[in-house]
Amino acid sequence: MSSSLLFNVTTFLFLISTILFFAYMASKNSSLGLGASLAAFIGWGVETLAIILRWKESYDMGHGHAPLSNLYESVVFFAWTIILIYGIIELKYKHRIIGAFVLPFALLGMAWAQLGLNSGIEPLVPALQSNWLLYHVITCFLGYAAFAVACAISIMYLIKARSEGENSTSQAGGMISMFPAIRVLDDLNYKSIMIGFPLLTLGIVTGAAWANYAWGTYWSWDPKETWSLIVWFVYAAFLHARITRGWVGKRAAWLSIIGFAATIFCYIGVNLFLSGLHSYGGGR
Amino acid sequence: MSTKKRTLTESLWDFFCSLKLSISLLIGLAVTSIIGTVIPQGNIPPEYLQTISEAKFRLYQSLSFFDMYHSWWFMLLLYLLTVNLVACSIKRLPHVWKMVTEPALVLDESLEKSLSLTYDFKASSSELDKLKGFLKAEIGEPVLSERDGVFHLFAQKNPWCRLGVYVVHLSVIVIFIGALIGSFFGYKAFVNIVEGTYIDTVFTAKDSPIKLDFGVHCEKFSVEYYKTGAPKEFKSILTILENGQPVKGFTRIPVIVNDPLTYKGITFYQSSYGQSGDGAVYHFNVALRIGGGSTNFNIKKGERVTLSGGATLELLESTQDVRQYMPEFSGPAAKVSLVMPGKSPESFIVFKNHPEIEEQRRGELVIQYAGADEKLYTGLQVAKDPGVWVVWFGCTLMVIGIGMAFFMSHQRTWIRLGNGRATLAGTANKNPAAFERKFEEMVEKLKTL
Repeated sequence: MSSSLLFNVTTFLFLISTILFFAYMASKNSSLGLGASLAAFIGWGVETLAIILRWKESYDMGHGHAPLSNLYESVVFFAWTIILIYGIIELKYKHRIIGAFVLPFALLGMAWAQLGLNSGIEPLVPALQSNWLLYHVITCFLGYAAFAVACAISIMYLIKARSEGENSTSQAGGMISMFPAIRVLDDLNYKSIMIGFPLLTLGIVTGAAWANYAWGTYWSWDPKETWSLIVWFVYAAFLHARITRGWVGKRAAWLSIIGFAATIFCYIGVNLFLSGLHSYGGGR
Repeated sequence: MSTKKRTLTESLWDFFCSLKLSISLLIGLAVTSIIGTVIPQGNIPPEYLQTISEAKFRLYQSLSFFDMYHSWWFMLLLYLLTVNLVACSIKRLPHVWKMVTEPALVLDESLEKSLSLTYDFKASSSELDKLKGFLKAEIGEPVLSERDGVFHLFAQKNPWCRLGVYVVHLSVIVIFIGALIGSFFGYKAFVNIVEGTYIDTVFTAKDSPIKLDFGVHCEKFSVEYYKTGAPKEFKSILTILENGQPVKGFTRIPVIVNDPLTYKGITFYQSSYGQSGDGAVYHFNVALRIGGGSTNFNIKKGERVTLSGGATLELLESTQDVRQYMPEFSGPAAKVSLVMPGKSPESFIVFKNHPEIEEQRRGELVIQYAGADEKLYTGLQVAKDPGVWVVWFGCTLMVIGIGMAFFMSHQRTWIRLGNGRATLAGTANKNPAAFERKFEEMVEKLKTL
């Protein structure tokens, strides 16, 4: 059994989960919802095994490093963290339907990684040979994943708010009636960002510590660093906006979506469009 | 007159205290920061200059877009943010401080009305100690006060977490101070050291020299490769010299990427390397393919030597390790151009470790490469930053502050006991849903107490 087979199984399970979530939304049949969650969590378990196996495979090949060293490995890990954060939120707050909007992110990531990216296990270039790699990548991606979940919840918020705005007299019917109340969605958006923001902060701090250790500069306004700071500014603005009146609800949802768009640009856009110190992340 | 002046300072104060300013500044910083990720910063590559018009170049330059993170307007935004968060803290901190240090000990009517979680139950004054123990177990050590013959118990948990926000604000200022210390008392520089030589001067990005009060000697620089040809390790062997003598404990220290060398607050980071071109001599050997009789000869780069029989040879390129270009081979290699009399030039590669390749080549002569006494230089980043520990202190404060502000909640509870009845009341500044569950549990326990 190889890790790449297990990654394919993961992708397939996320696909099944996404389909089941949509079916759940359409039918309101709770056993479909349970199946969707189970498929997602089993997929996550399989992916965990796959990541461990890939780690072991790299040792067998004589490279011996954590599978967090190139774009393929990071996208796969991103999908893993998204399901992890979603799982925590589902288990804690019991709003299963959120999965219908979160799973597509994880599925998209896995499908892109499996179909479009080079999955070869490469030895680590000297710049990445450091324990900081592990701390930096894990904290950053857990943060990104929390923002992905917040973005999914914000999309649900906007859909729900719009449908309730259109027919304010009648209760929103159909699929949308399954969504949690908009007050709950607003709160969950905030809670997800409360998870993501400290992790992003840790990610930036560990990155700065590593940069200082490897290059002698904790901050050099490299595009990746700058974009991570932009993301940090956006969510810092979000958190401050919560305290003032008038910035809950739709505006908060939009700010959360903008924040995630900036996150994705920071993660992928910078590597594809701009040059800088994280260029190895873009290797095809 | 004086009232007008007062309102001006007041309105200025209100402006700097406003949360709207904070949000605008954060978004402003986020948006303007994008410019520097799209337009090249510092040394502008000439290829980029060709893509923009003269007018655009002048516009960008007048707006400091080519060094925007150090421009006056970006600095202004950062300073405004600092003033803003200091002002906000000054305005709100005393109130919060009072709440933490002088909590309301008495559950009076107005306080009770402001709390959504209350529970009334029958209790006699003799149960005071029992209720005290209950609060201690659930929340924390209670404070007892008596007013008009009625007992008030107050207990709280995590009051200090209310200061978390201010710890984060302080941490931002500490980080800025650390950065300023670094920019005033530190420097970033680089230096190239040829193998076997030493330096005592490094150069900043503007090429201005900085004299060190010690020397750095590079004994050797080496590159290791993976089987795939990708680099595995760049390593310099460095020795620190004081008055020309090696310093104990700083002799023959291997410096690799991600493992720098620090001496007297100055740190040397492995950054680049290259071939020190001047004066390198390359050793070759030539023999007739049939008949033997080999001759050694030396050649310098770009030089063309004439071999016996009229053939001429030129060294085009050389490398210490060919693996990075041709993963199936290893060791030194040279690309040469050979011209046999009356024939057109032919170029090929000869390998020190793989003489059999040359044996198989067709031609009258067998050229073998015996390596070079070519020297490498190591490129080191040099940094001195006395502010870096202040920055780390600030970062630690920030993480702690965010933890306090996000994950801890200040819980306050009161029990009022008198006239045969008691009232439990409580509130938390964060996560009200979780505290509500906790409060319900407390009520259930009180019923069976």
